[in-house]
Amino acid sequence: MIAGFIAYAGEIHEPAHLVDGGVLAQYAWLIPLVPLVLMFAIVFFGKRLPYKGWELAEASMLFVAIYGVALLVMNANEGITHEGSIEIARIGSYTIEWGWVVDGLSIMMYAVVGVVGLAVFTYAKGYMEGDSRYTWFFAAFTLFAGAMLVLVSSANMIQLLVGWELVGLASYLLIGHYWEDHSNNAAAIKAFLTNKIADVGLVIGVIIVGVTVGSFRFGDILSAVSAGDSALAQVAFWAGLALFIGAMGKSAQFPFHVWLPDAMAGPTPVSSLMHAATMVTAGVYLLGRMFPFYQSDLFAADVKTWIIIIGSITLFAMGLLALVQDDLKRVLAYSTVSQLGYMTVAMGAGAYTAGLFHLFTHAFFKGLLFLCAGSVIHAVHSNNMSDMGGLRKPMPWTYRTFLAGSLALAGIFPLAGFWSKDEILASISYDAGHGGGAIASVVLWIAIAGAFVTAFYMARAVYLTFFGEYQGQAHPHESPRVMTYPMIGLAGLSIVGGFVNVPGLFTGFTEWLAARPLPMGDHHAESIDFALAATGLLVALAGIAAGTRVWRRDAATQRERDRFRVPLLYPLLEHRYFVDDLYRVALTDPIKGPVARFIDWTNTYVIDAVVNAFGAVAKGLARVVYGGFDQRGIDFVVNAVAGGTNEAGEMLRRTTTGRVQQYAGALFGGAVLLVVGLLIFT
Amino acid sequence: MDWGDWLSNSQNILFVVIALLMVAAAVRVVTSPNVVHAALMLVLALGGSAALFLMLGAEFVAWALVLVYIGAVIVLFLFGIMITRAPTGRDPVRLDHERRWPAALVALATFATLASASVAAFEDEAIEGGVSSTGDLGDVLFSRFVIPFEAVSFVLLAALIGGIVLARKDPG
Amino acid sequence: MLVSQFLVLAALLFSIGVYGVLVRRNAVLVLLSIELMLTAVSINLVAFGAYLQDTLLSGQVFALFVITIAAAEVGIGLAIVVMIFRNRSSANLDELDLMRW
Repeated sequence: MIAGFIAYAGEIHEPAHLVDGGVLAQYAWLIPLVPLVLMFAIVFFGKRLPYKGWELAEASMLFVAIYGVALLVMNANEGITHEGSIEIARIGSYTIEWGWVVDGLSIMMYAVVGVVGLAVFTYAKGYMEGDSRYTWFFAAFTLFAGAMLVLVSSANMIQLLVGWELVGLASYLLIGHYWEDHSNNAAAIKAFLTNKIADVGLVIGVIIVGVTVGSFRFGDILSAVSAGDSALAQVAFWAGLALFIGAMGKSAQFPFHVWLPDAMAGPTPVSSLMHAATMVTAGVYLLGRMFPFYQSDLFAADVKTWIIIIGSITLFAMGLLALVQDDLKRVLAYSTVSQLGYMTVAMGAGAYTAGLFHLFTHAFFKGLLFLCAGSVIHAVHSNNMSDMGGLRKPMPWTYRTFLAGSLALAGIFPLAGFWSKDEILASISYDAGHGGGAIASVVLWIAIAGAFVTAFYMARAVYLTFFGEYQGQAHPHESPRVMTYPMIGLAGLSIVGGFVNVPGLFTGFTEWLAARPLPMGDHHAESIDFALAATGLLVALAGIAAGTRVWRRDAATQRERDRFRVPLLYPLLEHRYFVDDLYRVALTDPIKGPVARFIDWTNTYVIDAVVNAFGAVAKGLARVVYGGFDQRGIDFVVNAVAGGTNEAGEMLRRTTTGRVQQYAGALFGGAVLLVVGLLIFT
Repeated sequence: MDWGDWLSNSQNILFVVIALLMVAAAVRVVTSPNVVHAALMLVLALGGSAALFLMLGAEFVAWALVLVYIGAVIVLFLFGIMITRAPTGRDPVRLDHERRWPAALVALATFATLASASVAAFEDEAIEGGVSSTGDLGDVLFSRFVIPFEAVSFVLLAALIGGIVLARKDPG
Repeated sequence: MLVSQFLVLAALLFSIGVYGVLVRRNAVLVLLSIELMLTAVSINLVAFGAYLQDTLLSGQVFALFVITIAAAEVGIGLAIVVMIFRNRSSANLDELDLMRW
């Protein structure tokens, strides 16, 4: 195996300014290997260690973070591309290899997985304290991060598949961590099965591409793309579509998004890592890895239309769903799906940098938001925002960091989300004028509307959680330092993370990502489009303002009965009541709607009418999407698959009679049939 | 080669006699309603195969077969029959399954496949006679085949220990 | 002597053994039928050895191995049958359906 060692850096066309990366890149195979080895160490020795295995998990993430950041710094000085491979097996003319690729894209992923992972693992020490399967949790968690690193470090599609499935396995273990509760088990199985269905697409895509090109290496495949390989061009549309279906599963794109909200059943650190750095980013990463394949008109450029459509449906429809959730983690989950929609849209608009830049910034603030949510849940012993409220005083650091994360997510200048969202908007706008056509123009408006929705639901989450009166039973308190420090660290990154890519001033991130053996052929903004940036910012501010209008005052009311006592005496309170139960009143009780609106008008709160109307529409849309399509349509398919499997199993198990002689008879009869078949068909 | 030519060879006449005897004995082994009879019929069938080995010049194998099977294995079987109190009287319902035709069909198909393949492959290929000496067999057994020989001896040892462990009464 | 006459005889014995394995209820009788099948294989081996005039006598050597393995198999097989009989007071295979669904 060692004899088959081949390092073929520079074998493929390499632009002049790129360097090999030296020793650091040559030993990059350690990045996925260290977590995987330590995972086994945790399983075998974890319980005997002073911190029960946590220290090994933390050490692995520390290693990855340091290695990733070191590579990032090196790559910022001079672009690095390096690929190494070790031959493992040979099947016919195909080689199975363990490979590692060190280029702008994978270095960015190493750094993100390492840094966010480090924060989340530190936090998890506090969060999981006292858990009955503490050691096992950290083993599975390390496997989760390690599997993602196998995925992003892979230089060929076979290893990518291995990492892809390992991520799925680890997520199954982690989502079902509290398996004593049956619904958690069901959520784990749902996540696994939904991913598996999409994985069929990935496998088909891998086979088509691999067999057509004759190699599974990304380097060879992308060389074939840049050489305009005609055989590949013929199958490119279907291969590209199949690969995208795989990406849709992992990245929870509509209609494969159903597993992600259910995946909230796992411990919160798992949700944090899953939504920030690992798992859901895999699909976007795959699109980034294969980007030239989708970008070239000769190949899968037609698939981009599908990508942008799917992405825009996801970003808008799923953002609306976040508005009707009471579970804080589900709000964030639908928010993640929506943000992944943004990344997908960017990829579909041919904007490699913009999509991955959003992945980069989103990793920080979404990881942070989940950590904060975990901190809150830890304190109030409930996931529901109806049990929260007023937490900004007892939990000041959680409040401050959550606020930073929310503003970053909403895209407020100058936080990280502003820059990446603006980059995406600029890319769609460019695409609308350069080949994207009418679809891209429509998507641009959807994306801007999505920015409003994002700000709107994040404002709701902040107000319902941290403002007003506390509604729960437990006594909330600030989390221990081992949990708040990682949150503060990620909050810092969420605030400054966007400055690595300011169009026109400093475009470091663009150059980092461009360190690939072949040019990406994407578009990225040369300077800030002030009009577009202002539009995005204003829409986000409008969303926050609307959210404040709707939920701020409501949160000041204390109990339901208070509101019923005062409406006629205090129109203002009545008004608050109306906004509080906006959705419910508007939909289930149509009588109260006009009355409330009448009072609203008499109080000359004109703006609130707009808000109410928006709320009603939003609620209706969200309910239809959630109840009609999501729950009945997509879940029905998932259930039907499960039911069919069950039925088939019922029938097949009757063949297992336990009678040895029946088996022997089948054996001999089968052997004879095989021989006869052989004689007939040869 | 026609049947007349074939039968004119005295060896082949001997073969036909032995073969008929063996097949008859084998059929009794699988159909006899009496377990002890079945075991004794197996002795007859195995004796026939020892005779065939002699015809083929494999003297040592023939006598090893007689010693091992007829001397040891069959005695073991008779003990097994005794210990498990298998029915020794005429009681066909209990010894065989009631539905025999699927088994017969499978057996017939197996025979048809094997026989037709053999005949198609070897049609008129003849075997030259000739006796191989036991000394030569010993030489190859302890030079070329010494490692498989040792492996088989280990299997026997393992079977010996395993048989004891399985069959003894639980000491607890 | 022809090769095929031995092969056909062996095929016949083997098939009779298969029939016995499939149709007998008593475990001891199933083991007896397996012996028939093994003998058929031995005949094949020796016949091929004689036909090929093999100087290494591989055919006979492997026939010996088959005989040895068969002896081991009978020893273990009968031990298992005795144990099952002791536990369940029966050596009938169709009453042993522990592996049923």
